[in-house]
Amino acid sequence: MDPRRKRKLRLFVALSAAVLLAGALIYTSFSASTQASTPSDLLASAEPGRSYELTGKVVSDSVDKRGERLTFEIRDRDGTAKVPVTYEGVVPDPFREGREVIVSGTLEKGKFVAERDSLITKCPSKFTKDDKST
Amino acid sequence: MAGVGSACLLVALLTAVYAAAVSLYGVRTGNRAAVVSGRRAIYCMAALLIGATAILQSAFLRSDFSFKLVADGSSTDTPTFYKVTAMWATQDGSLLLWALLMSIFSSAVLFLTRRSLRAIAPYATAVLAGIAAFFLLLMIGWENPFTTLANPPIEGAGLNPLLRHPAMMIHPPMLYTGYVGFAIPFAFAIGALIARRTGADWIRATRRFALIAWTFLGMGIMLGALWSYSELGWGGYWAWDPVENASLMPWLIGTAFIHSIMVQEKRGMLKIWNVSLVIATFVLALLGTFLVRSGILDSIHAFGASTIGKQFLIFIGIVVAGSAVLVISRLDDLRSKARLDSLLSREAFFLANNLVLVGLCVVIFWGTFFPLISEALSGQEASVGPPWFNRLVTPLALVLVALSAIGPVLPWRMVSRGGIARSFRIPLAVTGLTLVVLLAFTDAADSPLSLVMFCLTALVLSVVGQEVVRGAAARRIVSGDAWPRALAQLIARNRRRYGGYLVHAGIAVLFLGVAASSAFQEQQDVRISPGDSFRAGGYDITYERATAAIGSDRAGTGAPISFGAILTARRGEESYELHPSRNFYPSQDVATGPIGRFFEGEATSEVDVRWGLRRDLWAAVRPDIGELEPAIREANTKFADSNDDVQALVIAALVKRYRDNPPPASFRVIDSPLVSWIWIGGAIVLLGATIAIWPSPETRLRRVTSIYAARLGKELSKA
Repeated sequence: MDPRRKRKLRLFVALSAAVLLAGALIYTSFSASTQASTPSDLLASAEPGRSYELTGKVVSDSVDKRGERLTFEIRDRDGTAKVPVTYEGVVPDPFREGREVIVSGTLEKGKFVAERDSLITKCPSKFTKDDKST
Repeated sequence: MAGVGSACLLVALLTAVYAAAVSLYGVRTGNRAAVVSGRRAIYCMAALLIGATAILQSAFLRSDFSFKLVADGSSTDTPTFYKVTAMWATQDGSLLLWALLMSIFSSAVLFLTRRSLRAIAPYATAVLAGIAAFFLLLMIGWENPFTTLANPPIEGAGLNPLLRHPAMMIHPPMLYTGYVGFAIPFAFAIGALIARRTGADWIRATRRFALIAWTFLGMGIMLGALWSYSELGWGGYWAWDPVENASLMPWLIGTAFIHSIMVQEKRGMLKIWNVSLVIATFVLALLGTFLVRSGILDSIHAFGASTIGKQFLIFIGIVVAGSAVLVISRLDDLRSKARLDSLLSREAFFLANNLVLVGLCVVIFWGTFFPLISEALSGQEASVGPPWFNRLVTPLALVLVALSAIGPVLPWRMVSRGGIARSFRIPLAVTGLTLVVLLAFTDAADSPLSLVMFCLTALVLSVVGQEVVRGAAARRIVSGDAWPRALAQLIARNRRRYGGYLVHAGIAVLFLGVAASSAFQEQQDVRISPGDSFRAGGYDITYERATAAIGSDRAGTGAPISFGAILTARRGEESYELHPSRNFYPSQDVATGPIGRFFEGEATSEVDVRWGLRRDLWAAVRPDIGELEPAIREANTKFADSNDDVQALVIAALVKRYRDNPPPASFRVIDSPLVSWIWIGGAIVLLGATIAIWPSPETRLRRVTSIYAARLGKELSKA
């Protein structure tokens, strides 16, 4: 094969690989993503069986721990719409009533059933500027 | 003293601006004295920033709470080690650390190149001064670490308990050193582009800095993973968190860079690629800082929105646009002379490894910024989780390890069939044998991807082993030395090469640990009372009894109260104790009551790990203090006005009550095979990188002789 054609062929192969990767990236990310919602979004338009990432504040006096199972309510950051949550798994150290949390799961019969170990707590204001890295 | 600190920053900013201006003036007009003055201004800036840091550190050590930073991040009862390191737990302090490291690195590289690179160095000085000026401006304008409080509190808030871990205090400076280190090759690349000196000179001058930066960044990432594993109570070392990704991306592109510059040095190819890589590395390092600072992505690290996100974005915009314009305007100077001769050559494999590394970075970039991308495209914020990352990254990582086995033993330009057979006959046999042994004696086949990774690890290790043995054997024939001496001589005389081999071996070992621990770990979460047992992986575990201590937590983090448990783990004949615990830090919130505040504040897991070469047993406990709550509430009202001594007695009584009548506690126990090899692999990488970075005796000798030759020439010309 003459070198010019060879180079063109290589370029073609490399570009197709790049396009394939990009396609895989876009396809898999949109199909595997979970949507972030607030309690009011969720109550307004939740499809059963779809995975959501619920964000909001933990309602005061709603936290109840029975053995492994933790139940609490999440409300809108500035609002009153709230959703009850059942959760099992590791509770992050800074989890408290009134703090902002993120939890993934599905809405089943008006209750948010969280995936195991999906609870993330945003840090409290006392350490607003604290950071572990970078 | 705070005033002096602020003044240091202001003068440093002026010095940086002066350095940039005078260097540009000097190189444009050919005024050597101006160039020298610009370089010395950088040394001066470093001295000023060292002074500023010393002032801040002494405020931390003296617990001078009139400094806002000290009041927010330290307290009198914070252990000294954490007082010293509390500076970079805050945003303003980290900016100061960035600027300090930046000025020291810049001074070092400018000192080392003071007699060479006359065309490039002044531009590089200006770029470095510009970057430093940006950070100084941020501090002076928005985040001054020397902000004072008019009414200093009597006691500071203390360092965030989660950060009280040795690895966590070394991790940020390491990452910063990495980020800042990549600014050096970036600045010289820009200098080379402006001066149209696009040969390999700028690479030779800054190669070692790139390697140092790469090593520090890599070690910073490793320490972060180690912290996550041994301090955070979830038992993993990597979670694809935006901030973790932010540090990994520049490291990946930096890895591509230190490989592809070899191709430019040896063959004069890939010039555009190399300048693009170094620009991308630096931009990603800035982006990493921006991600953490701006809080635009939700993550465990997003500690609230910050004030300087916008400034960072503008600066990144300027760097990207400026670099792009510069590269495009210099395209003619960047054309390669040589062409790729064969796809079976070392340069072709370097190129392939580069493409895989960049591909990895693109995948991680996409996943990290997916919430923003999704919001822009569909109007809905959505995110991808760790499974998505694992699915895309794993195949690329496998290809990368395979390439790292093959690439280094191929010759430049092209290879013969016989050459391939000679290089790979034994390693392939070893790999095949490994596969057979794994299939016959272990259940590795349960996870095909891990099985592939185990085989590739065997391939890399055997290729590296074969190269080292062959090299040493050849040396023995030539010199007649004994094996150990021949080996030492071989490595000492080819440091870059054998250091590089060692790094490859270390990375392969690291991936062995990742593959084994991610596919075969067994995790158990239980809630049990003392005396009960459960099974986790291959262990029978019994909760023997509860522990409770005041003022003596094992890790020395200064926690007043820690509740824990003693577990015994049995596996066949072996038996040992684990002591996981949980530290409770007092809350500053008055609503929790005078007694309750000691129990209701922050709490962190103190994980206990039984480290082992074959497997780790990892245990964390979450004591349930719910049963103490009625007593705490009662004590709050009863002893609200009592003095400190009485309150201390009450707390001691509550703690004793937990120890004597413990309620059920929650445990997480993980039996994780080969996980230690991740850290061992990291240590091998560090060793290899150190060997590669260390100046070899030959170059030192060459430098000395060239200095003597220059002096002799000077003397002769005078005569």
